Amino acid sequence: MNARRLARVLGRPLLYAFLVLFAALTAVPFAWMITSAFKSGGDFFLSLFLPAGNGFLGVAWDHLTLDNFRRLFREVPMARSLVNSVFLASVTSLFATLCGAMGGYALSRFEFRGRGLLTSLVLGTAILPVPLLLAPRFELIYHLHLLDTFAGYLLPQLAPAFGVFLFRQAMLNHIPAEIIESARLEGCGEIRIFFTLVLPLVRPMVGAFIIITFLGVWNDFIGPQIILQSAGRQPLAVTLAGLGSNYGNDYGMMMAGTLVSVAPIICLFLLLQKEFISGLTSGTVKG
Amino acid sequence: MKSARPHPAWAPWFFLAPFLLLFAAFFAWPLVRAAVLSLEQTYGPGVGVFVGFRNFAFLARDPLFWTALRNTAVFTVGSLLIQMPVALGLAILLNRPSLRGRAVFRLIFFSPALIGMVFAATLFTLIFEKQTGLVNFALHSLFRGWNPDFPWLEDYLMASLILAALWLYAGFNMVYFLAALQNVPQEQLDAASIDGAGPWGRFRHVTLPAIRPVAGFIVMLSIAGSFQIFVLPYVMFLRTGGAGPLNRGLTVVMYLYKTGFLIGDLGYASAIGWVLALLLVAIALLHRALSHGETQ
Repeated sequence: MNARRLARVLGRPLLYAFLVLFAALTAVPFAWMITSAFKSGGDFFLSLFLPAGNGFLGVAWDHLTLDNFRRLFREVPMARSLVNSVFLASVTSLFATLCGAMGGYALSRFEFRGRGLLTSLVLGTAILPVPLLLAPRFELIYHLHLLDTFAGYLLPQLAPAFGVFLFRQAMLNHIPAEIIESARLEGCGEIRIFFTLVLPLVRPMVGAFIIITFLGVWNDFIGPQIILQSAGRQPLAVTLAGLGSNYGNDYGMMMAGTLVSVAPIICLFLLLQKEFISGLTSGTVKG
Repeated sequence: MKSARPHPAWAPWFFLAPFLLLFAAFFAWPLVRAAVLSLEQTYGPGVGVFVGFRNFAFLARDPLFWTALRNTAVFTVGSLLIQMPVALGLAILLNRPSLRGRAVFRLIFFSPALIGMVFAATLFTLIFEKQTGLVNFALHSLFRGWNPDFPWLEDYLMASLILAALWLYAGFNMVYFLAALQNVPQEQLDAASIDGAGPWGRFRHVTLPAIRPVAGFIVMLSIAGSFQIFVLPYVMFLRTGGAGPLNRGLTVVMYLYKTGFLIGDLGYASAIGWVLALLLVAIALLHRALSHGETQ
């Protein structure tokens, strides 16, 4: 009985202590990355996080430098890669979401011959691993003369079988057939029904899917690595991996590059936490 | 309701058209080509010689492929055994109704899942560095006996990979578990308490059965993801050719990538792709068979 009471008294602080410890372990790599990006080479070796000194809180604030970032943007086409990443991720997420939502709408809210077959085909292929398609897709892009073009990377990303599946589920659950039918009776066109009635009703799914697609493309490495060969067309993921082979020992610069690559995503996440978490846990992006 | 005006016949095909065209061109057709390619030996795209099943016969005796398969299996099992208990444990701690700051903890635990493999790998290359890396630096400051030259990236490749993956995905899996825990019936937990069940008893007999379907799904997803691990080791061991010393960091997809795109044998790469697909389908079928057994 005494042990149980002790557990109850100690339980709460212990619980918080444990959670705080784990949160710290999760946050430390981020903190290390950020502080390393602002330190000179010498300070990197002397201090774990911020360099010690006589400044506020015992930190030598004047030692911190933007030098790593300056060199990063001057010596490497980092600005170009940043623009490329934003471009590829935005275009893909917009059009893949449109394709997926339209496909999911057709498979959920229309009756037509071949629907069952198409649905199981789309679902069945979702289990196949992407690496299986790397070689034949590369060959196809080569034959289409699209190697080293944005189109060669983008086109295969715009037909998301998984997106069709997600939108089909969302529309089955959230769009009553009667609404569509009464819109038709009032003489509303099919395309207008889709854009003004159906899409707003599955808005959370639209947001979630735009986000997971954006994130998937932003973080994709193999796709652009294979298709986009010239430095001017590569996104951040490829540029940063290349940075490792040339500047691998320049820790400050490596961490500045990583920070530049992940900061936009972290900012988006802080703005749209709910959509991010529901989008990511709808069961895709991994690897 | 029967009087409702039917939709025009073209409508579903109009909405399906963009997806179907792209799907046929960049998914279905490559899938057919993947089958044909796996029976060819190629030297870059467009130059292939039909070799029948020789790619698969060679694969069965290819020591590098078996090394890759073993490394991938070790990573998958190790990752699963460490990540799942941590994710479930964190979810259970966060699930206390009276906990303050749950949203903040959830946010922090989840955040690494946003970081792409390349970026995480770059970060962890430096974290596991000798002397200056965060891990060796911190451990040496805490325990003077710790060797600051501890060779994480040279001799403990799988351990460093598993730790990096733990950082990346523990919080991600935790969110799934947290959602599953919402379905645990509170009355049953209370009833078990009244019957004198301790925390462990309640967990075993009430919580675990209630979250089993979701847990099975998470395990499936983790296995499928872990089996395709490529970028994390490829970038973390870049200095040693991507595969690490003695190919101890070589994984199945890395081997596929190297044969297909560094050597140029798209045929052999496709054969590896099919073996990978077969393994994943087998695991999915096994999962289905197991979860069927449970509901009966």
